[in-house]
Amino acid sequence: MTPLNDLMHSLPYARPELLLAAFALLGAVIGAWGGQKVFGLLSLLGVGVLVAAGAVAWMQNPSAPASIFQGAMVVDGVSVFAKVLISLSAAAALLVGADHFSRAGDRRFEYPVLMALAVLGMFVMVSAQDLISLYVGVELQSLAAYVLAAWRRDDARSSEAGLKYFVLSAISSGLLLFGASFVYGFTGSIRFDQIAAAVNEGAGGIGLVFGLVLMLCALGFKMSAAPFHMWTPDVYEGAPTPVTAFFAAAPKVAAVALMARVLYEPFGGMLAQWQQVVMALAAISMVWGAFGALLQTNLKRLMAYSSITNMGFALMGLAAGPEQGPASALIYLALYLPANIGIFALIISMQRNGEPAETIGDLAGLAQKRAWMAALFTMLLFSIAGIPPFAGFIGKFLVFAAAVDAGLVWLAIVGAVAAVVSAAYYLRILASVWFAPPAPALQKASSTVALTATLAAALSFPVLVLALGALQRWAETAVRMWN
Amino acid sequence: MSEFLAGWPLLSIVTFLPAAGAIWVLAARAMLRGENPGFDQGVRIITLVVTIATFIASLFAFAAFNPNNPEFQLTENVPWAFGMSYAMGVDTLAMSLVLLTTFLMPICILASWHIEKQVASYMVLFLVLETLMIGVFCAQDIVLFYVFFEGGLIPMFILIGVWGGQRRVYAAFKFFLYTLLGSLLMLVAIVAMMAMARNAGIENPSNIPALTAFAAQGGFSPDIQIWLWLAFFASFAVKMPMWPVHTWLPDAHVEAPTAGSVVLAAILLKMGGYGFLRFSLPMFPDASHYFTPFVFTLSVIAIVWASLVAFRQLDMKKLIAYSSVAHMGFVTLGIFAGNIQGVQGAIFQMLSHGIISGALFLCVGVVYDRMHTREIAFYGGLVNRMPVYAAIFLLFTMGNVGLPGTSGFPGEILTMLGTFQVNAWFAAAAALGVILSAAYALTLYRKVALGNIENPKLDGITDIDAREWVLFVPLIIATLLMGFAPSLVLDFTKASAETIVSAFAGAAP
Repeated sequence: MTPLNDLMHSLPYARPELLLAAFALLGAVIGAWGGQKVFGLLSLLGVGVLVAAGAVAWMQNPSAPASIFQGAMVVDGVSVFAKVLISLSAAAALLVGADHFSRAGDRRFEYPVLMALAVLGMFVMVSAQDLISLYVGVELQSLAAYVLAAWRRDDARSSEAGLKYFVLSAISSGLLLFGASFVYGFTGSIRFDQIAAAVNEGAGGIGLVFGLVLMLCALGFKMSAAPFHMWTPDVYEGAPTPVTAFFAAAPKVAAVALMARVLYEPFGGMLAQWQQVVMALAAISMVWGAFGALLQTNLKRLMAYSSITNMGFALMGLAAGPEQGPASALIYLALYLPANIGIFALIISMQRNGEPAETIGDLAGLAQKRAWMAALFTMLLFSIAGIPPFAGFIGKFLVFAAAVDAGLVWLAIVGAVAAVVSAAYYLRILASVWFAPPAPALQKASSTVALTATLAAALSFPVLVLALGALQRWAETAVRMWN
Repeated sequence: MSEFLAGWPLLSIVTFLPAAGAIWVLAARAMLRGENPGFDQGVRIITLVVTIATFIASLFAFAAFNPNNPEFQLTENVPWAFGMSYAMGVDTLAMSLVLLTTFLMPICILASWHIEKQVASYMVLFLVLETLMIGVFCAQDIVLFYVFFEGGLIPMFILIGVWGGQRRVYAAFKFFLYTLLGSLLMLVAIVAMMAMARNAGIENPSNIPALTAFAAQGGFSPDIQIWLWLAFFASFAVKMPMWPVHTWLPDAHVEAPTAGSVVLAAILLKMGGYGFLRFSLPMFPDASHYFTPFVFTLSVIAIVWASLVAFRQLDMKKLIAYSSVAHMGFVTLGIFAGNIQGVQGAIFQMLSHGIISGALFLCVGVVYDRMHTREIAFYGGLVNRMPVYAAIFLLFTMGNVGLPGTSGFPGEILTMLGTFQVNAWFAAAAALGVILSAAYALTLYRKVALGNIENPKLDGITDIDAREWVLFVPLIIATLLMGFAPSLVLDFTKASAETIVSAFAGAAP
């Protein structure tokens, strides 16, 4: 196939990415002319474009992997699954964020544009088929994220968050490149299929393992798995809450999907070598996140530790081998995301006299003042804690099942203990909501936020619980395309 | 009757009727938005009506049920995902516990009539709790069972924490985290069992009858059974609660509102015993034999030790809570005796304890509503002012002691009979517990009801009113009926008990 033919063949498959790129570029131009006035319009348009990108990706849902751009990227089941989750969670974050910023009078048009660019980077990540597009995707996503983290330029915490994120993330990008160069050196290719072929022929040895471990460290950093999580609490706390809401959802999906692909596509033949590393990451993340959160009082920091624990659970799924591992991790994410987004929507809405109120104490007595908000908090927190009958429980159950089936019983037991410890801090929030004497009432949540949180709660129970069968079929078909 | 009811999803109706009631209350609340003076009263009435309707629905299920059939009946099955399904079904053991639950719930609601704080939330949580409790007994899929089993923690956590007494937040946390740790270990075991069954080619590896059949064919090797048994034990022993993991119970009981204590003692504690009977004995018979001395030892310690501790309590509710621990010791003794007398006695004791301990907590609630203290020393001589109350209290105290003619007696005698056949020493030690229970229960009664009124604050105390009559009458009837005609219950539960015993005996070493 000539390069031109290949391009013409590839472009239709890249419609979601093209849509996002077009929106980002046009949005930058429109914003440059329109300034603050077009913030609302651009944001709404951005929400629409994100949803549309997800829908277009979903409609592509291919029955066999379609290799595009001369093998640099692929459209397959897993990439489509991840794209749908990414675009929907980013759309929800953009919606509540735009609502929040326009109420706060901070109407900078770059917000939807940067979001779209970050999502574009994630789309490239999840469909990467060689080391270069992997790196480009990660960097595009990260660069947009640095700017978003430092969104409040005049606020020391926000600037600190952006700078910290940038410096540490740059180191991890360095690790990624360093590892990739090892992989290239010892297999002779940057393409995943050729790496896989080389691995199966027994190429590499210790040098290849070295490269793989470096890459895993870097990806662990991006998904904030312990012990590469140090940036997470500070960035989550410092960044404006809508941005944190975005960080906590979409990039996690991208990182887990990319990790799954790297582990099972090019390095599927090295399961014995990387399994211990992933198991260690999973165990440390679950335990560290659970214990780290116990003493936090700031809800955003607490949610940062919560996401570390939850990434540990997703990694437990990934460690469980090709049979059930990747599918369970993907379903885990799909069931975890709504609760996460809903909780952040509620945190965004926590304001008193126009000032953000972010500590557990600010929620005191919410059940008596804002019963609906309290009910939503209760449902979403129990879901994320993994208590039945909520969706979060099913996610945990599935990764437990995958791990036990793969013979990793001890990892499942570590997970059980971590789940109890993390339940303790979710309960602290709920104890404040229900049991504490009322603090001065919080402002009423805007209808956008209330609607988003309600939808998220409805997804957590009962919608996704009832739709589990469909989710299972989708995830399993997606993963089966790899073999 | 049973033809008329054929084809109806009766168990789902019984299970989810309370949840529908909860949605009704929430919808009414959303539409009426506070400022409605009669709203709270309306919510109480709706809740009462819904719980009574649930009881009636469970009677229909009972009518459609054939007690001579040891199989699961009234089954429903809707496939879900990963080989799991929404499977419902009851045998006589489960049916009797469902009836106990639906019978006690209207009484609990009636007992909560004086709650003024956040009435709608309180009632919604109680209705959700009822759905989850009934679901535990009806679930025929092990994951579905876990969902109901564990989901019950949520409403209980909030009920204890919001409407409880002084140290309610501490008690709520302790209750939740204790039970969660036990349950998650059980979840890992469930996952492992499903994996083994699936690898052996079982199509629906989470179905309880399928798993039981798989276990009966030796699906779980004795070595693996040990681990699985321990994981299940971690969960059920905490729920039961057995010594030494019982310490959440006195805290939770004392701090819960009256109706919460009733539900805890009467129904939630039964889940542990139900779990042993449904899972541990039939699915891990070898391990159950192996651990019988261990369970016997813990049970006897629980009986003797908890009775002695109960003797020294200053708080009425705490005393009854410790007496529950002792009575549950008899249940575990009977279950792991593993013969027909023991298992039948354990089931009977569970049902009887549900009624008697529930009634005793209501008795405490009656005086607590009037005086707002549960301190034993505060009271004395109540018989002078409250003769009817004193009579009722006496009846249930005697039931607690196990006097023949009350429902307390057959359960205790049968469990001891069953235990005696296995090991006479443990039976003798358990008999000591019967004497001790008389000591603490009668002492409580003497201090509270007999003598002269010493405390001037008690001068104005009034005897029970019409609402409280309505509360107690069904419980009195049930206690006496089960005491004088235990065969009514024993004949009904026989089919299940025989199945369990034969599964257990088949693995005798």
